[in-house]
Amino acid sequence: MTVPEIGAPRRRTEDTRLLTGRTRWTENLTPAGTLHMAFLRSPHAHAKLTRVDTSQAATHPGVVAVFSGADLADEQGSLPCAWIVTDDMKHPDHPPMGVHEVRYVGEPVACVVARDRYTAVDALEKIDVDYEPLPAVVDMEAAVAEGADLVHHDLGTNKSYTWVYENGDVEAALRDAPVVIEREYVQQRLIPSAMEPRSVLCVPEGDEFTLYSATQIPHILRLMLAVVTGIAEHRLRVVAPDVGGGFGSKLQVYGEEVIALLLARRLGRPVKWTETRSEGNMTVHHGRDQIQRLTLAAERDGRIRGLKVDLLADMGAYLMIVTPGIPLLGAFMFNGIYKMDAYSFTCTGVFTTKTPTDAYRGAGRPEATYAIERLMDELANELGIDPIEVRRRNWIAHEEFPYETIAGLTYDSGNYEAATDKALELFEYDKLRAEQADRRDRRDPVQLGIGVSTFTEMCGLAPSRVLGSLSYGAGGWEHASVRVLPTGKVEVITGSSPHGQGHETAWAQIAADRLGVPFEDVRVLHGDTVIAPKGMDTYGSRSLAVGGVALSAACGKVVEKARTVAAHLLEAAEQDLEFRDGRFSVRGVHEEGTTLQEVAQAAFTAHDLPDGLEPSLDADATFDPDNFSFPHGTHLCAAEVDTETGMVKLRKYVAVDDVGKVVNPLIVEGQVHGGLAQGIAQALFEEAVYDADGNLTTTTLADYLVPSAADLPTFTTDRTETPATSNPLGVKGVGEAGTIASTPAVVNAIVDALRPHGVRDVPMPCTPERVWRALRGEAGAR
Amino acid sequence: MPRVRVEVDGATYEDDVEPRLLLVHYLRERLGKVGTPVGCDTSNCGACTVLLDGMSVKSCSVLTVQADGCDVTTIEGLGSPGGQSPPATGRSVPAGSHPLQRAFHEEHALQCGYCTPGMIMASLDLLRENPDPSEEEVRAGLEGNLCRCTGYQNIVRAVRRAAREMRELAERVVTP
Repeated sequence: MTVPEIGAPRRRTEDTRLLTGRTRWTENLTPAGTLHMAFLRSPHAHAKLTRVDTSQAATHPGVVAVFSGADLADEQGSLPCAWIVTDDMKHPDHPPMGVHEVRYVGEPVACVVARDRYTAVDALEKIDVDYEPLPAVVDMEAAVAEGADLVHHDLGTNKSYTWVYENGDVEAALRDAPVVIEREYVQQRLIPSAMEPRSVLCVPEGDEFTLYSATQIPHILRLMLAVVTGIAEHRLRVVAPDVGGGFGSKLQVYGEEVIALLLARRLGRPVKWTETRSEGNMTVHHGRDQIQRLTLAAERDGRIRGLKVDLLADMGAYLMIVTPGIPLLGAFMFNGIYKMDAYSFTCTGVFTTKTPTDAYRGAGRPEATYAIERLMDELANELGIDPIEVRRRNWIAHEEFPYETIAGLTYDSGNYEAATDKALELFEYDKLRAEQADRRDRRDPVQLGIGVSTFTEMCGLAPSRVLGSLSYGAGGWEHASVRVLPTGKVEVITGSSPHGQGHETAWAQIAADRLGVPFEDVRVLHGDTVIAPKGMDTYGSRSLAVGGVALSAACGKVVEKARTVAAHLLEAAEQDLEFRDGRFSVRGVHEEGTTLQEVAQAAFTAHDLPDGLEPSLDADATFDPDNFSFPHGTHLCAAEVDTETGMVKLRKYVAVDDVGKVVNPLIVEGQVHGGLAQGIAQALFEEAVYDADGNLTTTTLADYLVPSAADLPTFTTDRTETPATSNPLGVKGVGEAGTIASTPAVVNAIVDALRPHGVRDVPMPCTPERVWRALRGEAGAR
Repeated sequence: MPRVRVEVDGATYEDDVEPRLLLVHYLRERLGKVGTPVGCDTSNCGACTVLLDGMSVKSCSVLTVQADGCDVTTIEGLGSPGGQSPPATGRSVPAGSHPLQRAFHEEHALQCGYCTPGMIMASLDLLRENPDPSEEEVRAGLEGNLCRCTGYQNIVRAVRRAAREMRELAERVVTP
């Protein structure tokens, strides 16, 4: 091997089909005889369904069938929630199509099946529905107040659960503390906005079904479809073909997937549906949406005594696959990288008549990181010390790892000093501080602000035992198989399910490295429950830290089996063999030895194998991590804020991330860039807005402002490398780091710019109007 | 139903179409040109961008009947398959690919790849108007195309890299 594969900036093998239009998006698949679905959706946030008349639509030319929720009531089941966070959690029924009542705008009430998409949509016009409107429940604080209108009348409350974590005596820490910072921050509701809309196609074959879906979770989806519909799991095959981004939004079991399966069964023909963007904005689960009440107590020297966190988290109208657990992932992260003596976290999940929330890039950790990193800047300001310095006084020093945090996690490794030093140097921190002072002195209408974010996060979801202790409904392991084919070419099968991350390249690099075969000789297969029968799929920055480690272990098993065969072929003892660059040879003997390819062929023909050894050269491995992994980093943002117009311009953004060992630096850098864009978008642009009647007013990309190239700066990215000790590859995960770190860095910069004007917060997204209002003393909100 | 005659990626088609049929649906569902995806329904995302008589259009906002008599180029008609082109580092971009396709590959300017066909077609039109755009000009020029994965940084690099290569190719053609 000439160049080490692990660490090489390999260009991606996936690119070929993506660059030439030969991609297999679900929407590209239309087998002969395919019928097309269209859904009629509730225009009301909350209403009783008193009559759904589909008879006129059913006679529309080209329409094959029309179904209301009531028509499917006996078979459609209830969409699953896999995370029952407390014993007394309120968990309402969630039929895929509304039967008696609808509870958010966009909830499906009827479905047309027709020969083509246009005809199906035409026929929707002919469905007659009588709604009896009920009160919308839009505001979370109002929803938990005494006498509030109820989303689910039978539950008697809008509170789904209250979940508490306490360590140390936080009240004692707050009492008589020299410095107490109390703040309320709002994590606005976001729409994940993967570029590929959701799409599903279900093909019946007798009593068996193949369901193609634009999903992140083919394995979990198969299990859940079986549970919901009662169709036996082994009669179901789920395929995630090429999937165009997810960011958590395709970690879900959607009603439309269930309906597609049920109608393919009823009609005996392939049934397909692809959402429009406007439909998707209403019905793809949303993210974030928390009101955070925070109290931080500290000593005069800046050392933190304790932190109290009280959250209201908007569940939306129903609990979907991991809805209630998302804010709780933040419970372990509000303390960030800091040491403290006491911590309490209380979260109440609240029902509203809005689209359900669930995982969105970062899932609980961005919310927590935002809170603590905003508070650290507030603490620095209160004490009149530099925000970097206040962090230094509190963070876990590199020699203190492994470190058990106040939130009960054990951070295995990290070096916050090194990442911060590197970031400060790249940023030219002192120079920008000098410019800031100068602009303040000159009363420049354009002020400069510097925002700091020193973050960590938990990745590599997840140790199965920990998930069990949190009452999650599944494990967190991952699986891989490696087959060395008779010609020496290698097939890797992974249970991880990429949708843009580049597994086909990175996994081939790992296999090439471990097996000593050329990169080009490895093919990576995924995303089909027949091809990759075992897996826990892709989310939570888990693919490399769990799935990559499983692959490495499977390669190790292959090499061990090959060693046995090679020893037999070379008539040597196994312990005398060394394996290097894909070749076994006897240590100290200058002979050619035998290659892995030759061993594979011998294992295939099986003409001359050691007694008792099974033919063929392949192995499986499953990895269940002992601990999470903890990427960290230091992000610095310089923002120019025009105090006359409220316009914010990001002048400089430096991200130094420590994601442990890196398999492919090109992919890592790309993940950081994309993550930054999404975190910055939360800070500056994006918000899902509901009016007082519960109508979503940001249903299109014209209203929901996903940033374009013109809205974003060029990022300076770099890395430090502190290997994880919790897995043998030393990897941590990178998918969410940029998103988690960047939101507070940007808002800290904006507030920093405006401090001389008495501004201490700008609610997100920090639009020009909100900045302008904040400057005029109207915080615009809380 | 109106009859249209359209040349798409070098082949001629004649079809009767509903007046309301969107060009992108004609391409995808009638011609099987599924290389051009649909990302939204308000012409904001640009995923469906194609060239209509050499100019970029969002094919979700063009009626098929408007394309009557026109020449349409999609991502599938880009480059010259089997032709000569410098090999890309990963050897996974086919020979004969367009400089933009190669540059997107080299610069890792795509992740999920859903926006990529539109991004490349819009870049092609941008480089036709401005063969040597600055970073700012690329960012402004691609404002109508959304990407959720890359943060755009590598897309900007790729477009400028392709521009360089296309200028060099053009010079070679002019001065043999």
